[in-house]
Amino acid sequence: MKYYAETHEWVEIVDGIATVGITEFAAEELGDLTYVEMPAIGAVFEAGAVFGSVESVKAASDIYAPLAGKVCEINDALETNPEVLNEAAEGEGWICRFSDVDQSGLSKLMSREDYLKSIGK
Amino acid sequence: MPFIANTEAERQEMLAAIGCSDLEELWGKAAAPKPTSDFATLPEGRSELEVARHLTHLAGKNATDLVCFLGMGYYDHFIPAAVGEIIGRPGFYTAYTPYQAEASQGTLQAIFEWQSAICRLTGMSVANASMYDGGTAVFEAMAMAMRVTRRRHVVVAAGLSPIFRNILKCYSDSQDCEITDIVLGDDDDRSGQEKVLAAVTDKTACAIVQYPNAFGAVEDWTKTIAAVKKAGTLAVCATYPTALAVLKTPGDMGFDIVVGEGQPLGMPLSFGGPYLGFMCTDMKLMRRMPGRIVGQAQDSSGRTGYVLTMQAREQHIRRSGAMSNICSNENLCALTALVYMTLLGRQGLVEVAELCMDKARYALAKLTSIKGVRRIGSQPFFNEFVLELPKDADEVAGRLVEKGYAAGFPLGRYYPGRQNQILVSVTEKRTQEEINGFANAMEAVLWS
Amino acid sequence: MELIFKLGAPGRRGVTLPKCDVPRHSDNDLPATLRRSAPAGLPEVSELEAVRHFTLLSRQNMGVDTHFYPLGSCTMKYNPKINERLSALPGFTDQHPLLPQLPEGGALCQGSLEALYETERLLSDLMGFAETTLQPMAGANGELTAIMMFAAYHKSRGDEQRRIMLIPDAAHGTNPASAVMAGFECREIPSDDEGDVDLEGLQAMLGPEVAGIMLTCPNTLGFFDHNVVKVIEMVHQAGALAYCDGANFNAIVGRVRPGDLGFDAMHVNVHKTFSTPHGGGGPGAGPVGVCERLVPFLPKSRVVKDADGTYRLEYNYPQSIGYIAPFYGNFSVLLRTYVYLLMCGREGFRRISENAVLNANYLRERLAPYYEQKYQRSCMHECVLSASRQSAKGVRALDIAKALLDVGFHAPTVYFPLIVPEALMIEPTETESKATIDAFCEAMIAIAKAVETDPDSVKRSPQTMPIGRMDEVAAARNPVLASL
Repeated sequence: MKYYAETHEWVEIVDGIATVGITEFAAEELGDLTYVEMPAIGAVFEAGAVFGSVESVKAASDIYAPLAGKVCEINDALETNPEVLNEAAEGEGWICRFSDVDQSGLSKLMSREDYLKSIGK
Repeated sequence: MPFIANTEAERQEMLAAIGCSDLEELWGKAAAPKPTSDFATLPEGRSELEVARHLTHLAGKNATDLVCFLGMGYYDHFIPAAVGEIIGRPGFYTAYTPYQAEASQGTLQAIFEWQSAICRLTGMSVANASMYDGGTAVFEAMAMAMRVTRRRHVVVAAGLSPIFRNILKCYSDSQDCEITDIVLGDDDDRSGQEKVLAAVTDKTACAIVQYPNAFGAVEDWTKTIAAVKKAGTLAVCATYPTALAVLKTPGDMGFDIVVGEGQPLGMPLSFGGPYLGFMCTDMKLMRRMPGRIVGQAQDSSGRTGYVLTMQAREQHIRRSGAMSNICSNENLCALTALVYMTLLGRQGLVEVAELCMDKARYALAKLTSIKGVRRIGSQPFFNEFVLELPKDADEVAGRLVEKGYAAGFPLGRYYPGRQNQILVSVTEKRTQEEINGFANAMEAVLWS
Repeated sequence: MELIFKLGAPGRRGVTLPKCDVPRHSDNDLPATLRRSAPAGLPEVSELEAVRHFTLLSRQNMGVDTHFYPLGSCTMKYNPKINERLSALPGFTDQHPLLPQLPEGGALCQGSLEALYETERLLSDLMGFAETTLQPMAGANGELTAIMMFAAYHKSRGDEQRRIMLIPDAAHGTNPASAVMAGFECREIPSDDEGDVDLEGLQAMLGPEVAGIMLTCPNTLGFFDHNVVKVIEMVHQAGALAYCDGANFNAIVGRVRPGDLGFDAMHVNVHKTFSTPHGGGGPGAGPVGVCERLVPFLPKSRVVKDADGTYRLEYNYPQSIGYIAPFYGNFSVLLRTYVYLLMCGREGFRRISENAVLNANYLRERLAPYYEQKYQRSCMHECVLSASRQSAKGVRALDIAKALLDVGFHAPTVYFPLIVPEALMIEPTETESKATIDAFCEAMIAIAKAVETDPDSVKRSPQTMPIGRMDEVAAARNPVLASL
């Protein structure tokens, strides 16, 4: 079950591991992505901290950790093929995974329905 | 004469089209304030002929016949006539930043060629389109290293140009950083490699060295840089491009970022500018490099062209998150350097460098054969060296100006303990006759 | 075109040098470990091949000398040739910058020092400031210099808690980038429906942590903010300083002096307002004028004139922010500025701004029926249109820009300012005639009509340039940034 942040990231927790990415809406707004800057494995972030960025030809955007945690995996495919993120932002285009997640932060996030409402869909 | 195109009749037509009876009414509609000054202190405009007379008169008040042995990063090199002709082509100098790539392939391809040429010269793999000058390029390299490593400590080797060091201080005062300067004795011409290494910790973002250094010394940094990088610290080299025609490249020594002053590559000395900062790095650091970058691209017919690329690093996209605030740079100067390197070419630049070395050694021998004059230090050198004189170097330099020689730069101005020392620089333009004359004049000033 | 590295032949030379007239140095003079292993891979071409290559490249550029170039906020006015000739006099180009730092060295450079001093005086008078530094090497460098002076000023008064810089949402990207480089944090001030700074919004943001505000005046929408004097008063009341980004100075030069409005510092872009060439992206210069209270913080050195009429460099300024440039500024660019200042004079500048404003309003009037304008008010020296009507038909500002190239006009600035959707920012300048402006308007009108009847034709442009639209996404995903 995905949760959404105001800043257009999504998070899904399975067996204590949180998978994070940016939303389809954000990916569309950015256009064809040219580069995804991912954090180092082992890096620790607080909720709301910048943990990476996404770039297209004409725009760049910081991405913010929806929940506090420690990076345990990054999506290597995005290093060579950032277009995967455009194709499946909320699926195969996930950016990284966190362990040691502070799940209390979920109360500050939105459901998919609420997120879609917030962006006027 | 302010080059205004419209005639009075045309102005009236245009005012009528806008529905204004006169210009004041238009100003009112545009919410512009009434004139805030009568500009009484501004003179009336003059004709081209009068202004030409005035500037020619001013130029005549400048001394241009001194034989030049001044250097310290800015050198009197030979500039082929074709350089000025080429950069004076209207397509180059009356164009602006290549925002519309299809209408700017001249500028874009030229920048790509410049990037390529400076990489080939420095032994690095990617360069930007230019920075303002060597000194600000050193600062930008430091800022880049701090971004990449997320560290705040910087080590600066002895022998970084005092001019660059002043610029570094000015801009770094606004940054949250801590700089350790390595200082050796006043009798030394070296950069202090062991001390640099000793000062590097796991909190050091970069070590900044100059090669050849401000005293002219050429040192092999390869081993030291390898050790510096083990701490996760980046190695920054400020260099003299002409010297790289014959010297081991900073790329081969393992430097991460190479910067420098490009003026020696075809720009006149021009009393301070415009000059040319260059910055090169490796592909793995490219995304953190400031400045414009041109890349190759294809159109839908498969034709190869050039575009501004990696723009997400720059201020017009990242704004407060940009790598730097730089927008306009020194584009025409980068083109100048490219044209110079093309006209001299692979062999020609080597020849320039070897002539510099020959003449500098000849000058050193002649000058140190004068009683009381000795060289400071004993490092290998390219075309610059420091002499210790038996008298105050300022006084000697002043007297040599009277004899027609810009003898070199008295170092006491920037190094308080080196009051009797002078930095002498010799380029391919100095003839044997000029060097002999200089030595004779020096001897006369010191001993007669 | 082929890269220069692909031309020529091994051993070919462009230029020859004199034979060495002193003994050659021995091969082991430098240790082998310090010698380059092979010469750098620079081109091996004849002078003719070089001249041909670069001349042909230069013809692949649009420039002011050949095309109407209405880039908004860039002030692409004509570059007078007398500027080029006089700045190239050997008396100016052949002097080493260290000469005046030699003992009695000032005597060797009186002509250049006088030129710098006079240029500084004239610019101070035009901008309405006490003193000006000529050292910033570009507009953004000028912004940074001024903001560093703001920081030094506040620090000198023990006001180091002032860490915020207020910047309008429509500002040029260099403004926040410069503020950050100077150690500040940026906050955005909103604009109101007329494109002016929102006064209520501003008031809410002013407080003891605010160091200053950066305003472009006239603003990036091409308007003179109705409330600019009030804004500056509010800022001063809160103990902060007001900076004027003078990129658009061409609109008011010779009529309004930002110093008179209350601004504390301002930069100008000499490659915009003062006719120095754009060079494909520089070199330019960004002189900064400052009010009396900021004078102590100006960068070193400064040119002073003694009672006997001689000029010299002075370095004794204990509160100076230090050395922002290696020497005295981009000197030969400043010389061109000086020539232009002398040629235009008082009347000249007054006429420049009024003609620049007239040309832009005329253009705006002719295009109003065909292109949306977010703000219905007279503009100053540039007008911002929107291609929003056309984008409803799938044709965007970018497409219109490319279509203009096909009919021999350089495009205006597109997608700036960010607050206007599909923005087209058009600045004709005073050096363009009504006939040229009419031709441009006719082209824009023809494109607007083509959007109605055959939008694909616009989307396919440019068709007549040496190259078509390139795949910038692929170029960024797989960058090829040098030929090595």
